[in-house]
Amino acid sequence: MKKYTVAVLVNNQYGVLNRVTSMFRRRQFNITALTVSETESPDFSRITVVFDGEERSKELLIGQLYKLPDVKSIKELHRSETVSCELMLIKMRNEPETRNEIKAAADAFNAKIVDYTKESIVYRLTGDSAKIDEFIELMHDYEILEICRTGRIALEKGKSTIRNVTNL
Amino acid sequence: MLLSGSDIIIRTLIEQGVDTVFGYPGGQIINVYDSLYKYQDELKHVLTAHEQGAAHAADGYARATGKVGVVFATSGPGATNLVTGIATAYLDSIPVVAICGNVPTTQIGTDSFQEIDITGITLPITKHNYFVNSIEELADTIRDAFKLAVSGRPGPILIDVPKDIQIAKYEYEPMAKVTPFDPESAKLKRVSEAAEIINEAEKPYIYFGGGLVSSGAKEEMLKLAELIDAPVGCSLMGISGVPTDHPRFLGMQGMHGHYASSMSMNDADLIISLGVRFNDRATGNINKFAKKAKIVHIDVEGAELSKTVAASVALRGDLKCTLKNLLPLINKSEKKAWWDRINSFKADEEKYLDNREGLTPRSALLTLNKHLGENTPVATDVGQHQMWAAQNVCFKTSRRFISSGGLGTMGFGMGAAIGAQMATNEHAVLVTGDGSFGMCLNELATAVSYKVPLTILLLNNGVLGMVRQWQTLFFDKHYSNTVLNRKTDFVKLAEAFGAKGEAVTTVEELDKALTNAFNEEGPYVVDCRIDKDEFVLPMLPPGGSMDDIIVKVEK
Repeated sequence: MKKYTVAVLVNNQYGVLNRVTSMFRRRQFNITALTVSETESPDFSRITVVFDGEERSKELLIGQLYKLPDVKSIKELHRSETVSCELMLIKMRNEPETRNEIKAAADAFNAKIVDYTKESIVYRLTGDSAKIDEFIELMHDYEILEICRTGRIALEKGKSTIRNVTNL
Repeated sequence: MLLSGSDIIIRTLIEQGVDTVFGYPGGQIINVYDSLYKYQDELKHVLTAHEQGAAHAADGYARATGKVGVVFATSGPGATNLVTGIATAYLDSIPVVAICGNVPTTQIGTDSFQEIDITGITLPITKHNYFVNSIEELADTIRDAFKLAVSGRPGPILIDVPKDIQIAKYEYEPMAKVTPFDPESAKLKRVSEAAEIINEAEKPYIYFGGGLVSSGAKEEMLKLAELIDAPVGCSLMGISGVPTDHPRFLGMQGMHGHYASSMSMNDADLIISLGVRFNDRATGNINKFAKKAKIVHIDVEGAELSKTVAASVALRGDLKCTLKNLLPLINKSEKKAWWDRINSFKADEEKYLDNREGLTPRSALLTLNKHLGENTPVATDVGQHQMWAAQNVCFKTSRRFISSGGLGTMGFGMGAAIGAQMATNEHAVLVTGDGSFGMCLNELATAVSYKVPLTILLLNNGVLGMVRQWQTLFFDKHYSNTVLNRKTDFVKLAEAFGAKGEAVTTVEELDKALTNAFNEEGPYVVDCRIDKDEFVLPMLPPGGSMDDIIVKVEK
């Protein structure tokens, strides 16, 4: 099993996300992260999907995605040729005994406090997914109240774009 | 001109060259039916007994012509009754446009009476579907649907039209009939790679399927076969794609394919695959499939290339265009040794043929052959009779074998035969079994109402023969729920519907009955009694390879 990141440029209409993710369901791929947003053109949205699978099934899946009329272009994003990052909000229990230790870790990771109450602290952290994983690992020593991650977003390095790769 | 949405639907269909629509009215599509009333001189509507029959009829119409088949249904159960028909068309890549009514947009999502999310339900079984949200987009949505249905790999499209959109008024501008996206050849680099492999081959086998039929590339394929002196075989969906008696044609291959066709494919050093998708019924055990062969695979659908069988060269492109580019690169050659081998397979096949006296599945179909015209469409249902028909019925013209290959839909035949008859205006034939016929025989009513000249050859064995065959071979003769033992009198049943019929038990009686049937202006049921323990042979056991082929069964 390998981890893949695939960007899919689609028509910006309701129901399209369902068509795309439905293809993952039909081929029994588990999506580990998914982001959707409007692009530089309001006609299109960009879906970034991270999933685990075998190379061959991944290729079949991409072939199946191309069959959808709403799919305009697909690009597999290889780690070495892309810049990527993720955003996380993490809510920790605020207790006098652990406050300083958590703060030290947060400082080391450049996490920002975005909400502070007597009972809880919310940190915001951006970076690559591995860095976020490491921070969460550290926080497991304390009491995590809630986590929300955006999933990986990614763009190719250099001037090439998803719109000039394929079947637009 | 300012028209209501329902008028726009009908006018756009007429503009797109539609002459016949199949369907069934209901509350949420009543406006469209009112417009049909208005335009009844320009657009014929065929009222079926059930929406499923209408969907199969639209499908049969499309299979027989290559044109888009159109079906109407109301919301809720009307729409869900189309599902099996749409899925059947999807699995066989048949261009169908289904138009459903739905509750008004203000009520969508409130579970109102007969409201169902049919675009959601049909998502995985349509090439694409649309929910029409505004009257402005209605006409263009229908045009897009027609274009998409026939472009590239064809397929069914569903359009869901809420009732208020049917009522709303909008300016309608007639437009020209849409044309498919221009077919494109595969990349020339790939074409020359393929040519290289083809020129090196000593034992090539050309294998075509439904894709060749829909691309209309028969002539190009036969030219290729002449050039390289290759035999030609096909999948179930390819049947009637070349005339059955063509000297290079070995027939269908696969689980119940012709012995010589399957053996030649297994022995070949190159399989040139044209518009096929290497379904498990065609390959048997994929790990043992055609081990000696390289595979050149041409298909308009990129997702089919190397999907189940890895191709040596995969070419994505329209078959006709691609073959046209390929032909000039092919060297003419003769393959005498290869044909000696093929002819020995053919001689073996001859030996295994079922030449028993009396009324057998094969003798019944050979008798049917004597009555068929050049252009007679022959539809089937699904099961043993379908395989016997695939093996034994002789075709002269493309698009005349109308059968549910991918989904294997029992009950497909009645609707499909009606659609194919109306599309071709030829006397049509349905070869069916008592199991399949029992599923959708309500469409006999339709065939009677519309005086459809249709010979229904019912191979009646009182059992679900295909499942029984498996139970005999692989389940210790545990005939679990496959013995029908019904008391249905099919002749009386035909008469009750207003049709005619007769039962036959000998070849002579069958011959006479078929003469009567072909002289009839409406449907005619020939209840042809056969033994319950007939087998479809040869047979590759499920998951088996050519080494496991069964050619005879001792009873």
